[in-house]
Amino acid sequence: MHVVYPVVVSALLFSIGVYGVLARRNAILVLMSVELMLNAVNLNLVAFDVWLGDRLHGGQVLTLFVSVIAAAEVGLGLAIVLAVFRTRRTVDVDRLRALAEVPPASGPGSERPAGSAVQPADGEGAP
Amino acid sequence: MTSQAPGLWPPSGPEIVFLLLGAVVVGSALLVVTTRQLVHAALWLVVCFGALAGGYLVLTAEFVAWVQVLIYVGAVVVLLLFGIMLTRAPIGPSSGLDSGNRWAAALVAVATAAVLVTVVVTGFRAAYAPLHPGQGAAEPLGASVFRVWVLPFEALSVLLLAALIGAIVLSRTDIRGRE
Repeated sequence: MHVVYPVVVSALLFSIGVYGVLARRNAILVLMSVELMLNAVNLNLVAFDVWLGDRLHGGQVLTLFVSVIAAAEVGLGLAIVLAVFRTRRTVDVDRLRALAEVPPASGPGSERPAGSAVQPADGEGAP
Repeated sequence: MTSQAPGLWPPSGPEIVFLLLGAVVVGSALLVVTTRQLVHAALWLVVCFGALAGGYLVLTAEFVAWVQVLIYVGAVVVLLLFGIMLTRAPIGPSSGLDSGNRWAAALVAVATAAVLVTVVVTGFRAAYAPLHPGQGAAEPLGASVFRVWVLPFEALSVLLLAALIGAIVLSRTDIRGRE
């Protein structure tokens, strides 16, 4: 098995995960994309472990550890998403702007705060 | 390792199987990040993880493949479906799943893919890993975990316990802070 094949598949999977994290608006879909990125790393670890023929199986053991950490991450992430949903009634990451430094003047249509540093804040963007 | 490696192009049998599984993985991952229905995204995630487990099997990492099926397909996707259900997501196709910066995200993703693929193809073009079945079976992997990696294993169990307690505290509503 050439190492190039699994490593290229893993690179493509990672960039698909990057696209999902950046482009999706629903928080649960963002979590799914993070899972895709973690799986790309897992595939890389397994491929290099097989290539190097490690006696201690460091790559595959680390893959198991990453799986466990991913399960913990998804549990905590979903608890946080549910807490946000209880208080805000939405899970859109675009509309959760309570911690933004400059609250936007209008809705999510105007994404570019070009000269908005001097504009007065007129309330939170949260519904 | 790299001595008398066969050429890159006519792929051998395991490589053909792996490439087909890789195509399934990439295709279903693309559907996960582009579909308009939340539940379908979770179900395509099942396909993606299952094909990835098949890829691990081809790479002779059997134990990792079954752990992948158990944890990801069994636990993580069920958790994500619970999350979809509890946030009262619409079942049918919904239009608001993509944010407005989709094209910038696509640009960043294509740039990432170009850089990564270029780097790994230049770096590992000649690398060849001969596959020996039984290399990643449960017995050598278990011996390795419980002899060499036992300290990180125990630390990870404590981490998992802390994460689960944190999730319980976060999701219960009758636990208040002080004052």
